[in-house]
Amino acid sequence: MDPPMNRDDEQLWAAVAEPGRRRVLDALVGLGEATPTALAREVPFTRQAVSKHLAVLLEAGVVAQRRDGREVRYSVRPDRLEAAARAMSAAATRWNMRLQALKRLAETEHRAQSGESPES
Amino acid sequence: MPGTIEQSVHIDAPVEIVWRMVSEPDEVVRWFADEIDLRTAPGYRGSMTFHPDAGGTVRVPITVESVEPPRRFTFRWNHPEGTTAGPTNSTFVEFTLTPEDGGTRVRVVETGHDGLGWPRDQQDAFADDHNDGWTTHLARLEQLFVGRSADATR
Repeated sequence: MDPPMNRDDEQLWAAVAEPGRRRVLDALVGLGEATPTALAREVPFTRQAVSKHLAVLLEAGVVAQRRDGREVRYSVRPDRLEAAARAMSAAATRWNMRLQALKRLAETEHRAQSGESPES
Repeated sequence: MPGTIEQSVHIDAPVEIVWRMVSEPDEVVRWFADEIDLRTAPGYRGSMTFHPDAGGTVRVPITVESVEPPRRFTFRWNHPEGTTAGPTNSTFVEFTLTPEDGGTRVRVVETGHDGLGWPRDQQDAFADDHNDGWTTHLARLEQLFVGRSADATR
């Protein structure tokens, strides 16, 4: 049977699920590539908070950074965003499969207790 | 809520039968995990073991949180082996059983993915984020007032 999310997927999902970071990500998608200062103008957080969010996103590999002179510019890695979405939908599918298996078992048990044959 | 998974199913069997399937280890291994160490006692630290199709063995710690027969069963899982389960290292799973149309509606909600994976030095940031949340609320409130006064002067 299938286990829950693995650690990598968990980290990925944790990075994008937090509401504040989603706003930073949304803003970054809109801007294409941006410095933390530019991002902070788009979201209701301080530049410092934006930098903390970017650090988590960078660690999970959801964003990439590039040094441009004295500035550091960030951009979204679409492949990793997609991987996060896939991890979450796979987790939902696993729960659905477990519930379907539970349904089959409980209904078979119920029919057996009611004295009907499982085929009826 | 971001980071929440919710699924439900209608089962043509009474709540008592479904409760047994959800809470008794001998039944749980028939639909959920391949092996299980579980007691339906709040605080019990057990485990579930899985043999995925892809091969190998995955052992997942679980900590029972609440047991309310025959309606509600909750646990935390997936925290690192040997650690105490909490919001930053595990997710929370809630099963609720409700009588419906002569059978049972089983709803499972898994929450807390958004609290996971915080490196130790980022845990302060978690608190900061909540402060940022307040900033957002206040900004919205402000907009509301601005909107009102604009209306009033019209």
